[in-house]
Amino acid sequence: MAIVKLSTLAAGESGVIAALHAEDELYHRLAAMGFRIGKRVEILRLGRFSGPLHLRIGATDLMLRRSDANKIDVTAE
Amino acid sequence: MKRIALLGMPNTGKSTFFNRITGASSRTGNWPGVTVDLLGAKILLGGAMVEIVDLPGIYDLHGFSDDEQVVRHFLENNSVDQVLIVLNTSQVERQLSLVLQVKQLGLPAILLLNMADEAKKFGITVDAGKMSEMLGLPVVLLSAKYGTGYQNAYQLLGRMLEKSGPVRLDHLKELLSQDDRVESEMDRVLKSTVQVPAQLSDNLTSRLDRILLHPWLGLPLFFLVMYLTFQAIFLFGKPLQDGVTWILDTFRHAALEPFFAHFPSILKGLLLDGIYNGVGTVATFVPIIILFFLFMAIIEDTGYLSRAAFLMDALMSRLGLDGRSFVMLLMGFGCNVPALMGTRVMRTRSLRLLTMLVIPFSLCSARLQVFIFITAAIFSPKAAPLVLFSLYLFSFATALLTAVLFKRQYASSEPFILEVPPYRFPTLRQMLLRGWHEVRHFLNRASKFIVAGVVLVWLLTHFPTDVPPASAHTLAGMIGSAFSPLLDPIGINQQLAIALIFGFVAKEIVIGSLAVIYGMQGQGLMALMAHQLDWVQAYSFMLFTLIYTPCLSTIATLRSESKSNAFMLLSIIWSLGLAWLISFVFYQGARALGY
Repeated sequence: MAIVKLSTLAAGESGVIAALHAEDELYHRLAAMGFRIGKRVEILRLGRFSGPLHLRIGATDLMLRRSDANKIDVTAE
Repeated sequence: MKRIALLGMPNTGKSTFFNRITGASSRTGNWPGVTVDLLGAKILLGGAMVEIVDLPGIYDLHGFSDDEQVVRHFLENNSVDQVLIVLNTSQVERQLSLVLQVKQLGLPAILLLNMADEAKKFGITVDAGKMSEMLGLPVVLLSAKYGTGYQNAYQLLGRMLEKSGPVRLDHLKELLSQDDRVESEMDRVLKSTVQVPAQLSDNLTSRLDRILLHPWLGLPLFFLVMYLTFQAIFLFGKPLQDGVTWILDTFRHAALEPFFAHFPSILKGLLLDGIYNGVGTVATFVPIIILFFLFMAIIEDTGYLSRAAFLMDALMSRLGLDGRSFVMLLMGFGCNVPALMGTRVMRTRSLRLLTMLVIPFSLCSARLQVFIFITAAIFSPKAAPLVLFSLYLFSFATALLTAVLFKRQYASSEPFILEVPPYRFPTLRQMLLRGWHEVRHFLNRASKFIVAGVVLVWLLTHFPTDVPPASAHTLAGMIGSAFSPLLDPIGINQQLAIALIFGFVAKEIVIGSLAVIYGMQGQGLMALMAHQLDWVQAYSFMLFTLIYTPCLSTIATLRSESKSNAFMLLSIIWSLGLAWLISFVFYQGARALGY
């Protein structure tokens, strides 16, 4: 199982969070949205023109910019 | 009086619950230690009056955003007898952390698991009894939207309130710092009380998203939805507007004129031509405004706006903004003031300031009144919708231009994370309540600004009394000529200049003051304006009205939200300058082309 950046996953793919390299503010925000190590994330779709990722974590759907998704490592499934 | 605080994460239906429990009686008010206005109400509960306060939606009591600070300051400076925590049942998995934080603070709390209907649809089950036992506080499942479980919650609140006493927190930060056990506690509670199916099933939302967030069709569809919304507002609004005009006219001729027939002419003029005509002309737009806010509210409540943020974020990020800025810009089409306050969800000051600099260019409903009136007077029924549409384009273009020019001054790298809620459809009750709030807001403004404005315009256009009203020798005429070196090059005559000056206070006054300046209303006023103005002048006037500072309330909000006089001045000067420049280029350009 390879560890990759969340931003490299394609639509429809999913991964399990392996590490969060986020600074304080982003970390807090991600934690409030349910991002924790071991949680499964599914990419629902990718925005056009390098737009944000539309993803599902637990029972929450949310959008996240690619630059922020770069700071999240996942084990691809 | 006992006090209840309503606390919860964003998108949990907290406000829906607040509206249900307070009816339509809420008022904004000031609270010690808090610099922003919060919505509060006094209600009768279990035989006694209690006060209930709706705190801003937050993710976390630790957080760094303005809203999170507001909540902390509120709890530190005001005693609370009972905290009502509203969570979205479907997301209890992650939202429970807020409950544990509140528990740690030792506040007497009741947990309301809202949107229980939606969770059931997703197949999520919660054992409320067990959860209550484990958390040591009452837990109620309910749907604030449909009212199921609401009576339970209401009665429970009454009973709990009888027992509880006021609690005030002095060392909130310290208390919060000891919360490392929150995570393990959360897992323990969740494991034995909540069941989530492995695969969430919300077919409607996924199917709709497949179309509405389609890579190529998403954006065109969004603009089509917006266009159809505006069309619908006018389709339904115009007959209502005509009806109100007819009623006001009839009332004046049948009742007011005979009644005031023997009053001194100056008093009669002030009351009928000043206040009645002025306020009446504004009042005819009330139906359109209500419809406008209703439609905006429906779009907002369905969750489509966060999809708009998703679709627009790629463009917005290149302008130094983000998807939320775009949503606020859209909200600004209703009224700039709540849109400016909505920027509080942004944590980085520079991103917030840039968004606040951009929002006043949103063509708000007050400016829309002016444009509907003038396009109806000057342009053919066929051209009028196109003219209006072009003004919306100018509104967007000036906003984008401002963002591009200022993005270096206000650069930020704020993370952009936004929830995408499932599609929801508001109930009739929710829509009616929303409509009522808007009417009340409008009447509030009307009593404050519009009456004073039209009275002042009437006095300026009728003094001194020995010259023809609104002529060059009245006070208004003199002010108009003082400004003429500045306004002549953009085609704005002396009458329009007066309307523009008063428009600085509130755009609602503009048509009211035109009615007073020309001494006419309705069809008569339109005919007279069509006679005096050509389309180039009218369009230049509309461009100026669109771009220069929206109103005093917006300026006051800019000041209070940015806490900076310099920023407020920058916004005023930039928008005035840009308004003049664009009107000048348009007016001189059109004239040079021979129009």
